[in-house]
Amino acid sequence: MTVQQIVDALGLKVLSGDGLLERAVSGGYASDLLSYVMAKAQPGEVWVTLQAHPNVVAVASLTDVACVIITEGIQPDEVTLAKARQEGVILLGTNEDTFRTVARLAALGLEG
Amino acid sequence: MLSELSVAAAEGVELLERPEEPAVESKVGGGLSGRELTKVQELVYELKIGEVMTREVVTIGPEQTIAELDELLRVNGIAGVPVLADGNLVGIVSVQDLIRALKAGALQEPVARWMTANVITLRQDESVIEAVRAFARYRVGRLPVVDDEGRVVGIVTGGDITRGLLRALELGYHAEEVSRYRASHIFEDIESDETSLRLRYFIAPRDFARGGEASRKIKRALQRLGGHPSLVRRVVIVAYEAEMNIVIHSDRGGELLVEVNPERVHVVATDDGPGIEDVQLAMTPGFSTAPDWIKEMGFGAGMGLPNIQRWADEFKIESKPGWGTRLDIVVKAGRQRALGRGPAERNVR
Repeated sequence: MTVQQIVDALGLKVLSGDGLLERAVSGGYASDLLSYVMAKAQPGEVWVTLQAHPNVVAVASLTDVACVIITEGIQPDEVTLAKARQEGVILLGTNEDTFRTVARLAALGLEG
Repeated sequence: MLSELSVAAAEGVELLERPEEPAVESKVGGGLSGRELTKVQELVYELKIGEVMTREVVTIGPEQTIAELDELLRVNGIAGVPVLADGNLVGIVSVQDLIRALKAGALQEPVARWMTANVITLRQDESVIEAVRAFARYRVGRLPVVDDEGRVVGIVTGGDITRGLLRALELGYHAEEVSRYRASHIFEDIESDETSLRLRYFIAPRDFARGGEASRKIKRALQRLGGHPSLVRRVVIVAYEAEMNIVIHSDRGGELLVEVNPERVHVVATDDGPGIEDVQLAMTPGFSTAPDWIKEMGFGAGMGLPNIQRWADEFKIESKPGWGTRLDIVVKAGRQRALGRGPAERNVR
């Protein structure tokens, strides 16, 4: 499964990384606590969170997750978006909450 | 500066997609990632017109006929030529001019009657972006390049620029490969009884926007040194936690000192305060002294020090309230996975 397929299936808004959506997704992880994400998110997974500040980009880049889905319709500020574009990090947005988002990812066949 | 850059990028992309060169266009337009696009942006400023232009210029004389022009363009497979009279540039004539002349049945008329006499020219030492801008501004597809005396020394088209950029990108790619290869063999190439590499990173307090940058640089350095992905991952986790501890808790910032040798990575994180009251308590998973506004950002889960403990092979913490904190963290490379000795290089990604 690719990021693009997830974007289409869940109707996500692409906030950054338009050109990079063909990346493969291997699974997922959801948490808003960055230490847990650092320790547990694996390269190539989708990370679901409601955090939307610049350090999310740093953590996404360090863990090499495939993309970040920011829930609850929270909009990252321009600093965060610029950093994401610079580091080639895909940020996606949804108005749904984290539980609903993860449920839909699971229905697509993604595992934790 | 930023807006100027994005204008340049937009113009650059428009140029790359010029329909004149479909094969090259699809190659460039199709697979450029964000990072490569930034590189293209840099290159349109760095590359000089003299480096990309065509030097063997096909020209025509002003008194030659439209029929001759037709023949010249067809034989050479080009879409326009400068018009020279006694070696001096007097005009430029393109396939559009040819079509207009043919419609008017002017096959035997001189080129001088149909050419553009006011020629915009470029110089060899100008950067490629000047050509890109001129193409967009004057809506033309090619421009002659002249020297100080106004003599034509070349001609530049959108296709020339596209090919020049691709060539430069490829060269840059090879340079990256070479430097990566060299870095990954550094400990073999330099003889001593014990060689290590010391990297120092200064961390500013409360600078959340830049938090994680030192760790990102450490990650890249270890990848270049040929570190195995599992080693890189462990070092990145401990470095990030140590870095964010300094960002979150220190008054005056601190530093990460990373010493790399083939067998292990040693990270020393120091700051000048405030220091930890009860180290034992700070090591307890879930314990945090971070204020609420920091916790709301997802930091201060009380997992920083426990995370370091978990991923390090050796971990020592010294702290004195009012003085500061020093973390000593060692992550070992493990057998067969030595750093900077080449074999792990194929794992670099």
